[in-house]
Amino acid sequence: MTDITKEALSPPRSFLSQDAIQLFYRLLAVLLICAVLAVLNDSFLSLGNILNVLRQASLTFFIASGLTLVVLTAGLDLSVGANVALSACIAGTVIHTTGSPVLGILTGLACGGIVGLLNGVMVTALRIPSFIATYGMLWVLNGLTYWYMAGETLHGFPPGFRQIGSGYLFGLPIPVYLLLVFLGIGTLFAQRTIWGQEIYAIGANPVAARLSGIPVRRRLLLVYTVSGTMAGLASIIFLSRLNSAEADIGESLTLPAIAAVLIGGTSLFGGVGTVFGTFIGALILTLVLNGMNLLSVSANWQPLVTGIIVIIAVWLDMKTRRRAQ
Amino acid sequence: MREAAVVSQPNPLQRIPGVAIVLGALIILFGAIAPGFLTPANLSNVLVQSTILTMLALPMTLIIMTEGLDLSMGAVLTLTSLCVAIVSLATKSMLLGLGAGVLVGAAFGTVNGWLVAILGIPPFVATLGTLGMAQGLSLIVSDAQSVVGIPHSVRDIYSATLLGVPVPILLALVTYVVFHGLLYHTRFGSYVFALGGNREALRYAGLSPNKLLIAVYALGGTMAGIAGLLMTARMNSGHPTAGLGLEFDAIAAVAVGGTSFERGNGWLLGTLLGVIAVGVLRNGLNLVSLPSSVQVASVGVLVIVALFLDGLRSRA
Repeated sequence: MTDITKEALSPPRSFLSQDAIQLFYRLLAVLLICAVLAVLNDSFLSLGNILNVLRQASLTFFIASGLTLVVLTAGLDLSVGANVALSACIAGTVIHTTGSPVLGILTGLACGGIVGLLNGVMVTALRIPSFIATYGMLWVLNGLTYWYMAGETLHGFPPGFRQIGSGYLFGLPIPVYLLLVFLGIGTLFAQRTIWGQEIYAIGANPVAARLSGIPVRRRLLLVYTVSGTMAGLASIIFLSRLNSAEADIGESLTLPAIAAVLIGGTSLFGGVGTVFGTFIGALILTLVLNGMNLLSVSANWQPLVTGIIVIIAVWLDMKTRRRAQ
Repeated sequence: MREAAVVSQPNPLQRIPGVAIVLGALIILFGAIAPGFLTPANLSNVLVQSTILTMLALPMTLIIMTEGLDLSMGAVLTLTSLCVAIVSLATKSMLLGLGAGVLVGAAFGTVNGWLVAILGIPPFVATLGTLGMAQGLSLIVSDAQSVVGIPHSVRDIYSATLLGVPVPILLALVTYVVFHGLLYHTRFGSYVFALGGNREALRYAGLSPNKLLIAVYALGGTMAGIAGLLMTARMNSGHPTAGLGLEFDAIAAVAVGGTSFERGNGWLLGTLLGVIAVGVLRNGLNLVSLPSSVQVASVGVLVIVALFLDGLRSRA
């Protein structure tokens, strides 16, 4: 983290020391939640549960990592959950009809990516505010998915394909490896590539970014496409873990993904945040929901708690930003 | 202040074509392809079914005029509808049920306004958070089950007629008249225009923009409470997903009706026509036996097209 400060293109980096402190607080929160849950419930610290938490967090992280890039540009993608549902249903159908998991995976990724690209086109070419454009997309996708599935459930996929979501390698679930890979790629991309830095610059000050020769529209198209593709990836993990797909699977995914991004310290106003922070955010949210589960709180409480967490996270972000200014 | 408001009002003539053309085209289209669309019974049905949306879209217009948004409206309506069902079931009183719904709706609206005005959280995220909260509370109070067996006095509100006109339509008309009076003929209305157009001016005039903003959001929540009564009456039960996505239809109606998302211009009659356009679209697709999923998708397309045109107009 520290050598990042030396780079030249650094609009967001005046916040770095602030960022480090924020990250420290979040890690502290993770430890605190773990400690409380360990005291309250014996089975929390079991290996099985910890691996379960990591696997659940990985699904939220896949969706939230792409979303992080969008939020870094001061945009928002509300369609990610619906995108996961459509991609999962289409990928599932392709696997069923062709019998080829590889083809299914590629279709899922492509479907997610195309939806993301369309979001990008609406935001850049049609200049519709991102939260409204992607909210419209949410309902278009919901409609398409319900129409496409017509109330059916896809069920039963090849064992090899199911390994992706439910298999283990050296005692760790495979999604956890994927999580580490994408955490690495995401962090490298955002912090160490020119494109990543340009994304920060666009979020920090779009006018300055354009005047300094950054192709703002192309970068925006890129981040929305990446966000969509990551939703496509999440749909594959989802499909192979649940071994089934229905039209309504995406409805409970968007709010947690946004919560993870915001808890992770990425600012809604753009230009500030890290993919690693989003990972911590996904971990915190999953721990809270997992803890509620272990303490046998009904799943009906999850949207309420997630909603409150979203609001608190934004409020804390605004408070710290105000103090920093 | 009054003059400033008059200046910021859009020229209605510019707007009438847009939404009227959309509505006219939809009516001609479905008149041609949908059997039974142009019958009086069906048209009256469209209007009755549009009443709940009218009660959401009118306050949504005011909220969007302040450059805000309320994504929680559908979820809050679900919650207030459940409150109406539960309270009227327990007390056998329609009025107590309505009171409970309005109270809960107003509380949510006030929280939305407080988050947006006092904490300064961007409206779409603040109301996305309260959407989750209202959705969660709906699941909790209903235990994810339908609430059935509500008294006849509630159900009758949706099916009754007065002088041959269905009561829901009368309620929607009253709502429209109240909102029209409020926006165009009171000081509060002028302040709402100023909230979107020139917030500084309000401050210089010694008014509190924050309090006004909270009032606008609280009005939205209160209307969701009243609409909750109609929803419970219409379904003859309280259902934990009754209002799912209704906020989107409301946003669609406002967008199609020509209210701008970025400049604080609003036009209530346009919203009313937008509501009817959404109602005609859903009804017509229903008549040609397209599933409700396609209706949802088509409303999504309608919004995107309307916003695209809005963007074109703002650049023109």
